[in-house]
Amino acid sequence: MRLIEVRDLQKVYRVGVETIRALNGVDLRIERNDFIAIMGSSGSGKSTLMNMLGCLDRPTSGTYLLNGKDVSHMGAAELARVRNEEIGFVFQSFELLPRQTALENVELPLVYAKGGWRDRRPRALAALALVGLSDRVHHRPNQLSGGQRQRVAIARAILNRPSILLADEPTGNLDSATTVEILAIFRKLHDDGQTIIIVTHEDEVAAHCDRVVRLRDGKVISDLPILEDSAGRHRGGSGAKGSLEHGALGAC
Amino acid sequence: MLNPLFWYQAIALAFSQIWANKSRAFLTALGIIVGVASTTSVIAALTGLKSKVLTQFESVGASKVFIFPNRPDDKPRNLYPWEKVRLKIEEARALRDECESIRAITPITEVGLEVEAGDRKIEGLSVTGIWPDWHEIQNRSVTSGRPFTNIDESNERQVCLVNDDAIKELHLPTDAVGQFINLGGRRFLIVGVIETVQSRFFGLNTSSAEIFIPFSVAEKFQPRDYFLRIEALLKSPELADEGTAEMRWILRKARGIPAGDTESFQVEAIDRFIQQFKTLAAGITAIAGGIVGISLLVGGIGIMNIMLVSVSERTREIGLRKAVGATPNAILLQFLLEAITLCLVGGFVGLACGRLIAYGLTKIPDAQLDEANIPLWAVVLAFAFSAGTGLIFGMFPAIKAARLDPIEALRHE
Repeated sequence: MRLIEVRDLQKVYRVGVETIRALNGVDLRIERNDFIAIMGSSGSGKSTLMNMLGCLDRPTSGTYLLNGKDVSHMGAAELARVRNEEIGFVFQSFELLPRQTALENVELPLVYAKGGWRDRRPRALAALALVGLSDRVHHRPNQLSGGQRQRVAIARAILNRPSILLADEPTGNLDSATTVEILAIFRKLHDDGQTIIIVTHEDEVAAHCDRVVRLRDGKVISDLPILEDSAGRHRGGSGAKGSLEHGALGAC
Repeated sequence: MLNPLFWYQAIALAFSQIWANKSRAFLTALGIIVGVASTTSVIAALTGLKSKVLTQFESVGASKVFIFPNRPDDKPRNLYPWEKVRLKIEEARALRDECESIRAITPITEVGLEVEAGDRKIEGLSVTGIWPDWHEIQNRSVTSGRPFTNIDESNERQVCLVNDDAIKELHLPTDAVGQFINLGGRRFLIVGVIETVQSRFFGLNTSSAEIFIPFSVAEKFQPRDYFLRIEALLKSPELADEGTAEMRWILRKARGIPAGDTESFQVEAIDRFIQQFKTLAAGITAIAGGIVGISLLVGGIGIMNIMLVSVSERTREIGLRKAVGATPNAILLQFLLEAITLCLVGGFVGLACGRLIAYGLTKIPDAQLDEANIPLWAVVLAFAFSAGTGLIFGMFPAIKAARLDPIEALRHE
């Protein structure tokens, strides 16, 4: 059973008299432990696709099977449950609650979970340790750097051991050195078995992934692995960019 | 279902929101605070007054009955001339002789007389004519000398009783028994001194110079159609209904009022007054309830307003909570809990203010409010109303928050 199976996904918005096809028949298969970048220029439909994959929105038509379960027709409450159990979000602007400590921010998903709230402390501490923030547990977001904030957000995203870690431009607000740090964390999580989807428009970020899906005008125009033999695993260097060009761009 | 952590964090969050926006929360809750404070203090004052008045009624005697003339309102005046309406001494005698349920009875009449003691002279002092039973009915005995006897009455003896205030006013020696004073030009012997009762009734000080003479003597000072009222003591307070019915029957018979005709007199047991007062107090309490209703309505609109502001300020937070798995119900509940918490804190502060005011009331001299306190039911009600206000007026903003689209909310600036 595939982790994600998307078939002929359509999303149509009506703005006044105009009809916008944000997604126009997307097919996508994602296996467990995939590390995927979804790319595309603005208006390509990548944000809409992310919202669909993240169960934040429902498609106009088509099916989305997550863990074999059809989530395309679920109600708001059911989708919330799915998000809580299956999906961890990482946002561009971190979205941490300003008055809560790093630990409390990380614990947030358990507030809405069915179980697991009893051992929230050790779990949250373990998640923070995993992102290397054991020494910042009781700091508030405004006492943390941008990279540290994003690491708190990642710890929050992985707390419920989600099926998918869904990151929307996770390095968009970070400098290049911090970007490398964050991407290294993603790589480590991936090596531990985490399925990761990164939505980005930056080639350097996409180069750290194993597979790149490109969208244009609401359609998948390419879906290719980044070849390991030509790129190796040297992250953050110019070689990554080169591999991307040879692999993904060359195909379209 | 929502886990305990949710409840804990929702309530903790509600308090931290109040704490983070202290002045805003205070201004918002002001309506609730003022409403609860004013209502609880009014109820406190009323409760104090009620217990005070009821004790006073009881000290007067729960088995006391008052009889006075009463011209029917719905009948033409000329059918009920004063001569027909006024109580007569024969009627008092009839009651004394025939009524089984009374233990003591006295007619009371007051006459303004010129009083002379030595070279001291007071015009128009009120002198009260009574039967000896008066001592028992009023529960007032003499501190020195002797009370009135039936011989004083039947022999129309020119004797009188005075109280301490009268002794002071008339510059009589402290032990006035055996002294003579002139009342309306006649010479009276003071046979006893009556204690001045500091009985304040509704703040009215009834203690002043008092002089009592036998009723039969007072009658001689009065014009032909003078006013008299009757006070009686029932054998027990339980006889209130039976006793008053019996007295009315005797009086109707004496006056020849046919069955079904309106009575030209009134017989009231003190029991009735207690009931009337309780009704009045309940009415005022209901009005106070109405006031709290209005002030909570006003306060509630403030709460709704600030909760709407809070929802729009925290749109991104709501979006995030939804993204990590908060269901619409969880968001609804969280904002409701916030509104209710805010109202309950307001109610608590209001109650504290109400208690302070109630305490202040007890310190006002002569205000009859020294027993003012907020009864438990008012405390419970204040909290229930506050929580209800939060629930009702928090509902709209909470629904708004719950219905937010997570994508839109996360995009909100």
